Amino acid sequence: MTTQDNINNPTGFTAKLHLDKHISRRFNEELEQVRALVMNMGALVEEQVNDGLSAVLNADEKLAEKVIERDQKVNTMELEIDEYCTQILARRQPAASDLRLLVSVIKSITDLERMGDEAVKFGKNAIKLARGNFTEEEGARPLVELKHLGKHVSETLHNALTAYSQMDVDAALEIIRNDNIVDEEFDNISRLLVTKMMENPREIKNALRVTWCARALERIGDHTTNLCEYIVYLVEGKDVRHATIEQIKATMKN
Amino acid sequence: MNNSDIKQEELAQVELTQTVGNIYADDAKMSIRDANVFYGNKKHGEKQAIHNVSLDLARNQVTALIGPSGCGKSTFLRCLNRMNDNIDICRVTGQLMLDGEDIYAKDLDPVLLRARVGMVFQKPNPFPKSIYENVAYGARIHGLTNNKAELDEIVETSLRKAGLFNEVKDRLKEPGTGLSGGQQQRLCIARTIAVSPEVILMDEPASALDPIATAIIEELIDELKEKYTIAIVTHSMQQAARVSQHTAYFHMGKLIEMGKTEDIFTRPSHKLTENYITGRFG
Repeated sequence: MTTQDNINNPTGFTAKLHLDKHISRRFNEELEQVRALVMNMGALVEEQVNDGLSAVLNADEKLAEKVIERDQKVNTMELEIDEYCTQILARRQPAASDLRLLVSVIKSITDLERMGDEAVKFGKNAIKLARGNFTEEEGARPLVELKHLGKHVSETLHNALTAYSQMDVDAALEIIRNDNIVDEEFDNISRLLVTKMMENPREIKNALRVTWCARALERIGDHTTNLCEYIVYLVEGKDVRHATIEQIKATMKN
Repeated sequence: MNNSDIKQEELAQVELTQTVGNIYADDAKMSIRDANVFYGNKKHGEKQAIHNVSLDLARNQVTALIGPSGCGKSTFLRCLNRMNDNIDICRVTGQLMLDGEDIYAKDLDPVLLRARVGMVFQKPNPFPKSIYENVAYGARIHGLTNNKAELDEIVETSLRKAGLFNEVKDRLKEPGTGLSGGQQQRLCIARTIAVSPEVILMDEPASALDPIATAIIEELIDELKEKYTIAIVTHSMQQAARVSQHTAYFHMGKLIEMGKTEDIFTRPSHKLTENYITGRFG
């Protein structure tokens, strides 16, 4: 399923949360609008992350600048959705699943916006790496590792957004469960880069830039996990933040 | 799905329903088990208004009864101080206990019961007498005192507890009906308090009041729960969420769900509760 499908196909989200079942049709429309806005923001952030990563890996200065510029749009969307949700809270005083929807959305867009900021870090580092002539041929392994981690994080983010669009708790739990993979890979890259720095001190500057990119990916992974935790909260009404997998399993059984 | 399908599905759900959540209180002031209320008579057919409702009213806490119009919440509330006795065609069965005492026991005087379990109604209904007399009347007829000084004190304390004394202290001799709606309602609360009840039942006490008078009543409810056990029927879900510690959701004469207010309004267990509090069909 492509990201565009997520935006245009409201079935999972709307049906699972019964967004179309309010007595007030206007309220249905408002919540539907919130859904569309969040999925749009998700799609934009996903694009930012992928383009940012691609700019780093391909030393593409032009693309990097585009990512930095486009972050403004992400910020604007956050403000817009925030304001829209505040209006609904004030006017409708939603309860139960509707309340959980708005609370989750308000939290989700903060995480999405932070992911956008991480994508900007890719952009800034990409420009410096490109100017520092650190390309895949020379940098070799660290960039290959970064590409690998990037692919994983990008796929996870895509899956999380799909789970969000479908309100798919099982998929969300699967992503939460696999959170440690990103952490482990980040440790691997760090170790590799430290070795590289010791071998060739002239490359320290560039190696640090790659480290920062890896760190940004790790952060994006964390924000993605947060999104999945909001899905569980929204659908099940259970707060699974700061819980171990065993604790989450126990909570879900109750 | 069209509306008639929804109605059918809803009916099916109610048919099968057993109350979900928790009906028990750690320290129950009133315990109701398997309460049924019937209207009509055997000859012309009886209609059951309340079906096997069991719940506890927790001591010194506020329990809100919510549900759509005609769901039986007011009927149920009126059972708790035998107000339904006054309706000839109404029959109540089940076990309704106040501190372990059966309130439908044959030898129990309903008038005395109503002094212990007071009631405040939707429309403020002060007696067409002075403010002073409105409060003093109950205390006098229940024989609490006939001493003028003691009566004065009961009137002042009750008006103070109802948050009305400062507004009316200079015109206690003026008619109660001359007060504003919110003040009249607080006068009715003072009148209820004057006979030292243990439980106060409130049937939509703020639905005829403006937001400020409503806020004052809600603040008052919060203070009153220190001394009394309170059950409140309300159409305003926000009000139930604001003032109560426990919430019971009624639907078509059945108690569908009961639980802590914080849970009912954020993560209700039953679909019917969810539909009602979020304003969905059903």
